[in-house]
Amino acid sequence: MSDTATLPTRRDEAWRYADLGAIAKLGTAGIAERQDITVAVGETKRICLIVGGEVPDVTRIRLIVGDGATGEVFATSAGDDYTRLEIEVRLGKGAHFEFGGVTIGGGDAVREFVTTTVHGEADATSNQTVRSVHWGQATGNFLGEIKVARDAQKTDAAQDFKGLLLEAGASANAVPQLEIFADDVKCAHGATVGQLDEAARFYMAARGLSPELAQRLLVQAFIGDAFVGLDDEVERERLLNVALSALESAKL
Amino acid sequence: MLKITDLHATVGEDNPKPILKGLSLEVAAGEVHAIMGPNGAGKSTLANVLGGKPGYDVTSGSVEFMGEDLFDLDPHERAATGLFLGFQYPVEIPGVSNVQFLREALNAQRKYRGEEALSGGEFLKLAKEKAGLLKMDMEMLKRQVNVGFSGGEKKRAEMVQMGILDPKFAVLDETDSGLDIDALRIVGEGINSIMRDSGKGVLLITHYQRLLDVVKPDRVSVLADGRIVQTGGPDLALRLEDEGYDAVMAEVAA
Repeated sequence: MSDTATLPTRRDEAWRYADLGAIAKLGTAGIAERQDITVAVGETKRICLIVGGEVPDVTRIRLIVGDGATGEVFATSAGDDYTRLEIEVRLGKGAHFEFGGVTIGGGDAVREFVTTTVHGEADATSNQTVRSVHWGQATGNFLGEIKVARDAQKTDAAQDFKGLLLEAGASANAVPQLEIFADDVKCAHGATVGQLDEAARFYMAARGLSPELAQRLLVQAFIGDAFVGLDDEVERERLLNVALSALESAKL
Repeated sequence: MLKITDLHATVGEDNPKPILKGLSLEVAAGEVHAIMGPNGAGKSTLANVLGGKPGYDVTSGSVEFMGEDLFDLDPHERAATGLFLGFQYPVEIPGVSNVQFLREALNAQRKYRGEEALSGGEFLKLAKEKAGLLKMDMEMLKRQVNVGFSGGEKKRAEMVQMGILDPKFAVLDETDSGLDIDALRIVGEGINSIMRDSGKGVLLITHYQRLLDVVKPDRVSVLADGRIVQTGGPDLALRLEDEGYDAVMAEVAA
């Protein structure tokens, strides 16, 4: 993810599923800005974000996590237009990166998370959980690149993506990319895309829950996974509430 | 309370198969009515049609429940009107706790009926009381709905749900399947304490006499090939157990 002097194209792996029309509107300047955040040795820093709005939005973060430090990012992406959250992480020795993200929404917007996690030194861990809930013609993407350097032994990196499509026409893309040069590492990734469980919906109806309430409870349970690692109830509620408010415009 | 008249229903969307073929049955308030019958007779279909499960199509006939046309109501409205459907295979809902699920369900029902919602504290008190009745630990109610429950625990949890929701009428579909002897007695006694009331009714679908030993039915009907072929007192269940469906049904045909 080098700074771009020209607009990205579909040939760029990290932009393959992006909304290039929205990016053209933002222009090179609109996508160039990047926030650099450093977590000092042994410290923990948590960033909770609500990204997206009525216009295209690209947020780029570079997170430098020092030795033994922990960098956490939790995000809800529920805007009405193209929204991209890009995170580049460099992990020191024994450092940890935690990412929990939810993309949710309808319309025809593309909402995506693009992470590059660089395990440059030994003993670092990373855990990424993304849940995407879409309807209409909307798309949710998770592009997660993990790079493990030759000296980064005992790296433990995990990525988990689940998509939930409430309507035909919506889509979800998961692109895990692993580049591993060390030999003693654990790198796990999983991706599934499905629909709401009809049996659960009927069971809930039979207990008196309207279709709206049942859908809300099921979606809440589904996206909750992304914020399990968020050890702050107020922030967790805030991120969940933004996501669940977006659900109110969803089709049943 | 429940009046089923000449009910015909099919299952399957592409190639609908007739299952219920003119079923008529009436259950009055204060009555526990057992339905027995061979496999494939339509017992579970009857339960699912009453509950409004998608995939089942009522082609003719009517069901009157508490003075309303049951088929005018959506499944959640049937529940709020007082119908409880006990599942043969209770569904797991990962990520949703029993407490959250049941509180949402109870308050949704109360709202539908124009009643005040219960507060968190009031609900927990009620849940604790009903769980105790079924000898279920409150810790289990904090767990996710049916996730990791054994077959017996799922059925017991169904009865706790019934206790908390306090329905007017319960349709229990093979609630005794998968239960050991002790669990069977606990569940049977649960049904008695929750549903034995002059204002309530039960349609108890079962294969075995052993549940009926605990929940003594007032009447027993035999369902075969989509119709009620015989109705009698509790002794009918005993005869079925002794002689088998074929013998009893042959007598009806003769």
